[in-house]
Amino acid sequence: MIKLEEVHKKYWVYPAIKDITLSLEIGRIFGIIGENGSGKSTLLRLMAGLLKPTKGVITINGEVASRQTRKHVAYLSDQDYYFPYFTIEELIQYYHSQFSDFDSIKAKSIIDFLSLEPTAKIGHLSKGNRGRVKMVMTLSRNAPFLILDEPFSGLDPMVRKSILQGLIQFVDLSRQSVILTTHELKEVESVLDVAIVLKEGKLMGRKPVEQIREEQKMSILEWMENLYQEERESMKA
Amino acid sequence: MGIDFKPDKPIYQQIMDLISSEIIRGKRCPGDRLTSVRDYAVEIGVNANTIQRVYQELERIGIVESRRGQGTFITENHNRLHQLREEMKQQYIQSFVSDMQSLGFSLREMIEGIHQYTKKGDDDDQA
Repeated sequence: MIKLEEVHKKYWVYPAIKDITLSLEIGRIFGIIGENGSGKSTLLRLMAGLLKPTKGVITINGEVASRQTRKHVAYLSDQDYYFPYFTIEELIQYYHSQFSDFDSIKAKSIIDFLSLEPTAKIGHLSKGNRGRVKMVMTLSRNAPFLILDEPFSGLDPMVRKSILQGLIQFVDLSRQSVILTTHELKEVESVLDVAIVLKEGKLMGRKPVEQIREEQKMSILEWMENLYQEERESMKA
Repeated sequence: MGIDFKPDKPIYQQIMDLISSEIIRGKRCPGDRLTSVRDYAVEIGVNANTIQRVYQELERIGIVESRRGQGTFITENHNRLHQLREEMKQQYIQSFVSDMQSLGFSLREMIEGIHQYTKKGDDDDQA
C-alpha cells in the first residue's frame, strides 16, 4: 500500500502538490489524470521516492518513501534516458545487475510479445521501439508498484496499443499495482480500475471507473471536466 | 482490442452483453471453453480485473460454469440458454418500444412499420 498523508510539495516558493491524502492498494490499475501542470508527474516522483515532500508523510508498505523504498517501485520516467550504445540484451543484463527483482526471463517474453529484436542497439531504435523498451524494463521488475509517467505520450496509435497490451498481459494484479499518468484517456480508460483527478496540485476526486459509468453515466474525461467545472464555479461563488 | 465501449454503461456489463450475443448467434456453443482471463483481457483491451468480474457475473447468472483447474465453460443447460435468448429479445424490444414511444409513435404504427419493413426485405430477397 502507498499512503500519502497531507502531502505538500513546493518547488522553491511554488506549490506543486497541495495537501494530498490518498491510499493506493495492491491489485489495481490507477490512472492519474489532469491538465498540464496539475502535479501528476510530481506526485509520481514523490511516490517513487525520487522527491521528498515539503510537508506530510508518504509510506510504501509501511516504510517512509526514500531512496531505500525504491525497491518496492519500478518507475518509468517520461524522459528518454537509455544508453544508446547498449543492445536490448545488454540493457537487460545491466538491469539484472542493478535490480534484484528484475526477471530476465520475463523480459525476454515481453520482448517477444512486443516483437523487439534483442540484438538491436538502443541508439538505432525508432521512437516507438524505445517506448516499448522502456515498458519492457519496467514490467520486468517484480516490484509491487509500477509507476509509469506518460508511457504513451508521443507514440503512434499502433505502438500505444501494443504497449497497452503488454501491460495487460504482463502485470500481475494479484500482487502488483500500476499507477500511471496519461492524456490518452479514450484509449486507456478501459484498462483503468480507478481514476484520480488532479487540478493545480490538489486532489479533486478518486473513483472506480466502473462506478463513474454506473452512477454518473460518464466517461472519465467527462467526469474530469465536470469536476473542473464545479471547482471553477465554487471559486466564483 | 478495438471495441468501442459506451461511456454510460459499465464495461463489464457491455462485455457480458457481447458474450451473451455471441452465444445466441451461435458463434459460441454450449460446452465451449472461454479464453483465459488474461488472454481475453489482452484480446479486447481491458483490465484483467474486469474480465474476472465478467466471468464471475456470467457464472452467477448461470450462463457459464467454472470447472476446477480446467477453466470456464459455456453452460450446457439448454433451458438457461433459451431463457437468455428470450431475455435478450425482451431487452431489444423494450428499448425499441421506449425509443419509438418517446418519438410519439403508437403501438399500431410500430407494428405496421415492422410489417412493412420486413415485407420490403422479403421482396428484395425475391428480386
